[in-house]
Amino acid sequence: MTERSDHPAEKPGGSADEARPAVPAGERWELRLYVIGHSPASVRAIANLERVCVHWLPGRYHIEVVDLLQNPRLAAEDQIVAVPTVVRKHPQPTRKIVGDLTDTERLLIGMQLRSEPARRTGQADWRE
Amino acid sequence: MTSLPEAPAAPRLLKAPTGIQGLDQITGGGLPQGRSTLVTGGTGTGKTLLGLQFLVTGAREYGQPGVLVSFEESAEKVAADVASLGFDLDALQRDGLLVIVAFQVEAAEIVETGEFDFGPLSLLLDDAIKRIGAKRVVLDSVEVLFGAFKARAIVRAELGTLFGWLAGRGVTAIVTGERGADGTMTRHGMEEYVSDCVIALDHRVHDGVATRWLQVVKYRGSTHETNEYPFLISVHGFEVLPVTAVSLDYSASSERLSTGVPRLDRMLSGGLYRGSTALVSGTPGTGKTTLGAHLIDAACARGERAVLVLFEESPDEALRNMRSVGLDLGRWVETGLLRIWAARPSAFGLETYLTILARLMDEHRPAVAVLDGINSLAEQPTRAEMVSMVARQVHLLKARGITALATTLALEVESSGAGVSSLMDTWLLLRNVESNGERNRLLFVLKSRGTAHSNQVREFVLTDHGVELVDVYVGPGGVMTGSARVMQQAREHSERLEHQEELIRHKRELRGNIAQKQAQIVMLQEELEAQQAELERTAGYEERLAADAQAARAALASQRQADPAGSNDGA
Repeated sequence: MTERSDHPAEKPGGSADEARPAVPAGERWELRLYVIGHSPASVRAIANLERVCVHWLPGRYHIEVVDLLQNPRLAAEDQIVAVPTVVRKHPQPTRKIVGDLTDTERLLIGMQLRSEPARRTGQADWRE
Repeated sequence: MTSLPEAPAAPRLLKAPTGIQGLDQITGGGLPQGRSTLVTGGTGTGKTLLGLQFLVTGAREYGQPGVLVSFEESAEKVAADVASLGFDLDALQRDGLLVIVAFQVEAAEIVETGEFDFGPLSLLLDDAIKRIGAKRVVLDSVEVLFGAFKARAIVRAELGTLFGWLAGRGVTAIVTGERGADGTMTRHGMEEYVSDCVIALDHRVHDGVATRWLQVVKYRGSTHETNEYPFLISVHGFEVLPVTAVSLDYSASSERLSTGVPRLDRMLSGGLYRGSTALVSGTPGTGKTTLGAHLIDAACARGERAVLVLFEESPDEALRNMRSVGLDLGRWVETGLLRIWAARPSAFGLETYLTILARLMDEHRPAVAVLDGINSLAEQPTRAEMVSMVARQVHLLKARGITALATTLALEVESSGAGVSSLMDTWLLLRNVESNGERNRLLFVLKSRGTAHSNQVREFVLTDHGVELVDVYVGPGGVMTGSARVMQQAREHSERLEHQEELIRHKRELRGNIAQKQAQIVMLQEELEAQQAELERTAGYEERLAADAQAARAALASQRQADPAGSNDGA
């Protein structure tokens, strides 16, 4: 819980410049969030995803929330074993991030809004 | 609180048959119904197949539809893999008897952040249970989830929840797990959650021969066999061949089948029971193969099909050798009644051998099968291995109602088949006896279940027209065979001749005596008659004399003129 409240306060200011170039400008993001009912984890995941998108992809994202309770068989079709799961449908390649998305750092890495911590310093600079 | 009386707790554990005959025997009826069973083993040990057979059997034979959740392969691949075993998963799915859910979870494409749960799994299972009324579930293999997710603690807790949920739904489940490299039951401690029943599968290679093994490690609340049992994956699917219960479930025929050797049939009260199994053991060169050839020849002559499996010879060699004792098996090969297969189990593995054997039996459908030289199945097998190998073959043959005769080399009586012989219905022993500088063969019927068999030893003679059984002579010096028997026969023959001559002589003597006596009788009779005649003659003469005397007296009286009476005064 503390983790969740700490990160958003710290991150936006400091790390914004480094990560932004990884997102091609003007591209619209299609995100699908699979949940089951209105469990606390579902609610947390929706809130966390919204918050990150508002900050990192302002006006360029669409989140579709799929409640598997309405159609359980979608889990098999879309290969969803665990919930909550965010699937980045666009841009390709497809990415899956599992969990209630409390760890913003991992979420950004998972959505490729930020590169892996180990490579960040060297490679990010070199690529630009 | 509730008006309905609670059903009393089930006193006896209900079981869900797997349809795998041997396994259902070992477990006394199947897996614990309404509970979960862990099937663990290394890669390629048959875990998935066991699960699928459980589902197919449930759907087809017990009206229990099932769900397969595969974490390892796509639904198409699963169906294709088992199509060769006759499992039509597509048809089962169309008929609403099976649901296959496949998940391909790759660790590389999943990023975790925070808490998650496996809710979709129980949702899908719940959906399938409602939709097709599923009673059986197979999870193959949930351990993949440990590889896909890094948060071990969450995966463990979630699986615990899932199994608890399954138990609450009353479905019978099989959960497969990968055996741990360090000898643990499963890599990720699945046995902690699924502990009602644990079945371990293994695949081991011994002397280049691969064998599959199954063991019921644990079965809570039920007795079960604890041994490791060999099993087979064949066109019939999963076949477990329990050694101890091998002869329990076959229908028993009372029809007798001729061995092709009339005297042997008589020793066995008419021959072998149809569908029974006979073992012929003996030292090298005692004629074991020939005995098998007789059985085949007799079967083919009746128009029945036969299979000859050779472990030590080529088909050509066997045909030539049998021709030398007057058995032409080649003609049966030509008519298609007889199939000969020279098996080399050491070359391609026992598992493959048994699979081919099963296929051969299913294709040719013989009434009779002869396995010649089963001791050559493996290089230096241990006793337990030998027993299990033979048991598996006996099972294969008996389950198909085939009358079988197996021959095996045995250097001593005791080692010939202790263990193996108990699997056989009939045991014939051929033995060489050495005496007077020659070796001769003896045949013993050591046992024959359900038969008042002869306890006599017979000499076994190979002639140019096959086997003949001859009575042996049992004398003070022991059993006589070969030339000793022939000499004994000659001796008895001459004694018999002497005796006969003596009798003839005696008869002749008696006849002579009788003739003599008869002649005497005739003579005496004649004498008697002569004397009687004499007697009569003498009597006639006497009468005539008396008459003459009277006449003379009368004449004298008339001459003297004597007064007739009282005239004695004057004289």
